[in-house]
Amino acid sequence: MAPIFHPVLVIGGGLAGLRAALEVKKHCDVAVISMVYPVRSHSCAAQGGINASLGNVPEGRGDTWEKHAYDTVKGSDFLADQDAVEILAREAPLRVYEMEHWGTPFSRTPEGRIAQRPFGGAEFPRTCYAEDTTGHALLQTMNEQAVKNGIKVYAERFVVSLVVRDKKVAGLIALNRLTGKLETYAANAVVLSTGGAGRIYAETTNSLIMSGYGIYLAYRAGAALKDMEFMQFHPTSLFQINILLTEGCRGEGGYLLNKNGDRFMAWCAPKSMELAPRDIVARAIATEILEGRGVNNEYVYLDLRHLGERIIEERLPGIRRLCRSFIGLDPVHELIPVEPAQHYTMGGIDCNVNGGTEIKGLYAAGECACVSVHGANRLGGNSLLETLVFGKRAGESAAAFAMHEGSDMNKSSQDAIEEEYRKAVEKIKGREGKEKIASIRNDLGRVMSKKVGIFRKENELEEAVEEISNLSARFENVHVSKGTVYNLELINALDLEAMLALAEIIARGALLRKESRGSHFRIDYPERDDANFLRHTIARLAPGGVKIEYRGVAITKFKPEKRVY
Amino acid sequence: MAEIKLRIFRFDPENPKPVPHYQTYTIETNPGMTVLGALFDVLDNQDGTLSFRYSCRWAICGSCAVSLNGKCRLACETQVSDYKGTLTIEPLPGFDVIKDLVVDIEPFFENYMKIKPYLMSQASPEKENIQMQEQVNLMQPHVRCILCAVCESSCPVSWTSREKYVGPMAFTKVYRFNRDSRDSGGKERLAIVGDESGVWRCRTIFRCTEYCPKDIPITEAIEFLKRRYFRD
Ligand SMILES: Cc1cc2nc3c(=O)[nH]c(=O)nc-3n(C[C@H](O)[C@H](O)[C@H](O)COP(=O)(O)OP(=O)(O)OC[C@H]3O[C@@H](n4cnc5c(N)ncnc54)[C@H](O)[C@@H]3O)c2cc1C
Ligand code: SF4
Ligand code: FES
Repeated sequence: MAPIFHPVLVIGGGLAGLRAALEVKKHCDVAVISMVYPVRSHSCAAQGGINASLGNVPEGRGDTWEKHAYDTVKGSDFLADQDAVEILAREAPLRVYEMEHWGTPFSRTPEGRIAQRPFGGAEFPRTCYAEDTTGHALLQTMNEQAVKNGIKVYAERFVVSLVVRDKKVAGLIALNRLTGKLETYAANAVVLSTGGAGRIYAETTNSLIMSGYGIYLAYRAGAALKDMEFMQFHPTSLFQINILLTEGCRGEGGYLLNKNGDRFMAWCAPKSMELAPRDIVARAIATEILEGRGVNNEYVYLDLRHLGERIIEERLPGIRRLCRSFIGLDPVHELIPVEPAQHYTMGGIDCNVNGGTEIKGLYAAGECACVSVHGANRLGGNSLLETLVFGKRAGESAAAFAMHEGSDMNKSSQDAIEEEYRKAVEKIKGREGKEKIASIRNDLGRVMSKKVGIFRKENELEEAVEEISNLSARFENVHVSKGTVYNLELINALDLEAMLALAEIIARGALLRKESRGSHFRIDYPERDDANFLRHTIARLAPGGVKIEYRGVAITKFKPEKRVY
Repeated sequence: MAEIKLRIFRFDPENPKPVPHYQTYTIETNPGMTVLGALFDVLDNQDGTLSFRYSCRWAICGSCAVSLNGKCRLACETQVSDYKGTLTIEPLPGFDVIKDLVVDIEPFFENYMKIKPYLMSQASPEKENIQMQEQVNLMQPHVRCILCAVCESSCPVSWTSREKYVGPMAFTKVYRFNRDSRDSGGKERLAIVGDESGVWRCRTIFRCTEYCPKDIPITEAIEFLKRRYFRD
């Protein structure tokens, strides 16, 4: 069976993947492979908006890309690479205007310009939005452009493995979920844009498909992972069901209240209040609950009532609808119960500002990648931006690399693909074990939320590493039903394998990082320690398991300082 | 603890002699449980061979539409407590079944491709196009379409003449672009939906509008397109 060849293959049909493919298409042939139809990708779930220093509203007139860069670096607790952040902030207006020209239905100012709202950790209202479903609006537009430009999409294909030979990418093996058959693909360059790994945690705002399998694909193929211990917890997810309520709720003026009705943010961020960065707000909520000031000791309230029906309908209609259909409550009149939940994977596949990884021909962009522009804590509105800015750049470099390699595949890649295919055949067979996937997955989620969550400490992290290894042992004996056509158990088992591997890397990275920075808070080391840890964690697969090293941070304009909000 | 019986359509193409049938599972429900949650309960605890689609779990990705007691709805947004006794869950009607609740949705996306679903514009201003909020509002709520196929699978005309009818979602999309002040492709799209396979095949049965989970007044959009067709 001859592999299907495209000079460039993009894995993932979210914003990053489609943007990369559109860029490749300007230069050479490309195809997108995605486990769901592109419009079903997690990107559609983004609510609040996308950052660019357009200065479209009166309070934002003084905004510049440098200020955007500074806010981002400060938000990152100085772990972001500043050369990458400069690119992000400088190219932001171009990418946002581009989406507008392509048709995104942005909300507008009275002058008919793109509307912008305040977001956490930003000095100016910089977040461009389309009501409160910005991700949906952007992903629809991006998909429309993919249709317009005739981009070939292989939908409902789950990429099982990458084929890498002599540290150079050769292709991939994908399971066609609809036919149940394995398919082989060859390429000169592959772009990974497979999104985050939120499902590793029990409480997460992420879509049900976000296992981090793409990050694991790169890791297994020999690429390095960076800063995996930095997981963002969003302050406001609906209590228990963890559906996100955008930061835009607070951007538009919403309050956070404890059981006594106090706006507790006054105690830790007197200036920014509810609009402090997410790591700070999430910790404040967790502290209220831990110290007995949560409602029923379980949650706090998000209060939108004072905004009034008109503002809520105009700017947050989706939030109102969500509350009504999922918890039967109207935020115009009632308080909303919220708790923090895992939200964003700051770490990811180690890559440079052009998406390049340590494997030749392998590129990464979007949430699965770590450039790093978010460092230890991402600012809201910066990740949609990252998908566009770095999706484009990764596409550009992948195309250049592929064209340099020539326009067809060589014999040695074919052999490598066949070898990997044979391994994949084994991987997708049913398994007769006794252990239930859901039981292992639930246990993993609980360990991660409890011991590798918002507050961390040495002995609990050690226990977590131990427990994850026990879960991996249980996974050896897992049950997977036979059959390959739309077999959810099979996909869930593949996902779980990735989740277990990544969980270990997250926990080990957290254990070794004896300081507190951004989202990573160590009760036993509550201060930031620049002397020892102003460094990226780099994890690689080595013969004995994961091997962790460190690498310096690129600092250009902004010297590390204490973060005060 | 309340209980509910889920009577689920099953079809396994990998069975040497595949026979469509129904299988009933009894599950314990809890407050706030959605139909998608109930399907996961079956998958995780009773039957690992069940197949269904999902992604976002909050009505924004369009993956999970199924037929619930004969009406097409999003599994993730529908509360189990809306039903008592037995809930029959079937794949979206009018599409070929691949396995269990998973249908071949490709014809739906083919309809989408047909109508040039992208902005056509000659303008390339240095910054953004100026568009007033009132102009954005003209595209509301049509821009909220999540491509879930509920409209198409609720429409008897679509069931019976899929090859000959682009269907309600396509009209939603045409409407969305043709009302966009930045777009210049209105005539082209009207020409595509202006014949027998387009708006004129609609029998104004209103089921698309009734069931659209985003409350899009699709039938109104169809009437608008008919009027535009005559005007232009
Ligand atoms: C609820 C929510 C709200 C958010 N709101 C905002 C916001 O307002 N502003 C902001 O800036 N950011 C926001 N974010 C973050 C932002 O949405 C994401 O970081 C971003 O959309 C990620 O895009 P992506 O293209 O990298 O990945 P995704 O959109 O997740 O796409 C991943 C793609 O990879 C494919 N894939 C994955 N694994 C495989 C595999 N093994 N084989 C084949 N295909 C595979 C999937 O099918 C999918 O197409 C939000 C996140 C959440 C959870
Ligand atoms: S118009 Fe409504 S029912 Fe039809 S695909 Fe769009 S959201 Fe679904
Ligand atoms: S799972 Fe996304 S719409 Fe239901």
